[in-house]
Amino acid sequence: MTLALAVDIGLALLILAMAAWTIAVRDTFASVIGFVTYGLLLTLVWVRLALPDVALTEAAMGGGLTGALLIGAAARLRRTEATVRERPGVLTRTLAAVLSATVTAALSFCVLNLPDPAPTLAPAAAAKLGSTGVGNPVTAVLLAYRSMDTLLEAIVVLIALFGVWSLAHDRFWGGCPQLRTHADSEGILAYFARILPPIGIIVGVYIFWIGADFPGGKFQGATILAAMWLLVIGAGLAYLPPISRIWLRILLVAGPLVFIVIGFAGLVTAGAVFAYPDGFAKPLILAIEIALMPTLVLALALLVAGAPQRMPPQ
Amino acid sequence: MNGPTLFGLCAAALIGFGLYGLIVNPQPLRKIIGFNIIGSGVFLLFGTIARRGAAVGMGGDPVPQALLITGIVVAFSATALAVALLLRLFDEGGVVTLASEASPTEAKADPPDA
Repeated sequence: MTLALAVDIGLALLILAMAAWTIAVRDTFASVIGFVTYGLLLTLVWVRLALPDVALTEAAMGGGLTGALLIGAAARLRRTEATVRERPGVLTRTLAAVLSATVTAALSFCVLNLPDPAPTLAPAAAAKLGSTGVGNPVTAVLLAYRSMDTLLEAIVVLIALFGVWSLAHDRFWGGCPQLRTHADSEGILAYFARILPPIGIIVGVYIFWIGADFPGGKFQGATILAAMWLLVIGAGLAYLPPISRIWLRILLVAGPLVFIVIGFAGLVTAGAVFAYPDGFAKPLILAIEIALMPTLVLALALLVAGAPQRMPPQ
Repeated sequence: MNGPTLFGLCAAALIGFGLYGLIVNPQPLRKIIGFNIIGSGVFLLFGTIARRGAAVGMGGDPVPQALLITGIVVAFSATALAVALLLRLFDEGGVVTLASEASPTEAKADPPDA
């Protein structure tokens, strides 16, 4: 057994133990903390699988933003979660265990019988990489080969945000979403919220920019920028804007709109929807990414913040 | 046994754990967490398939990798919507439960269709 395999086995056991604990622990808040830890361990698995683009997304999104979202919800629901003591009976639990074990066994069978050699689109992706002008094949897939998926993904994020907003009480429509803050303006959180964002913003923009040629990209960069914004708001140093602001709404739709316009312009300039004319692929990809960036930063941060809860001060 | 196969089996187990948590835990927030564990198991399964497709100097097949990134972002959006629904339910009733029997006050406010 090689050292690398020993590390992998240790990591797999650790992640399974963390998942089991997250499911089994009584206290919901503890479960949320377990889930955040689980997300960070999963990031290490992505690194071990040599998929750094996914690792960055998982660290920023799976562990980071989802964690912030769930911690906020668990804190608000703490009272009601604690009162739920009713557990399903032994029969239900046994049946659930049997069902879960069956699913796991079936999937394990599939994993052990995957075709060898594995089918891959890597050579096809590499063949045309030069024509896209980007060096990172994952970015090429996201913004050239399968850019329709990425457009729909950005729209899904927006639709989810509209869904969250539509859950506001009628009297708060158009108002400000609010994060729960108990921050002391001289406390350590406020200190971090002043020190960290300058570094975080540079890291976020760097990860966005480097994504063209190396692991990184707009989703990972946007998540980091959104996290920095939320940190400043969570520390009570700034407030979220009312959702009725025109600039906010323009920035939210600008990204997908630019994407759609460039996509359909391909019909005229390159003969197909979402095709780029020769030699213009890189600048057009860059234009789409730059337009999508503010949309994603705002949408991701506002998804964590939730529905509007108060009217802006007049 | 190599790395991808090991993590593939790990993913299968995670999907099982998540499914069990989704069924057994009574609190809605715990069900959202269980659902997310199922989701991450599916992502990991897909990730091992991406890793197996490593070729021409790439660490993995880039197409499943791109779909994974898309999937993680969509999963986050869906989770945010689910949490918002849950919090609104909490605002309405002060109690969030999927318990089988309704409390007396709830039963009075919303009589069952006979």
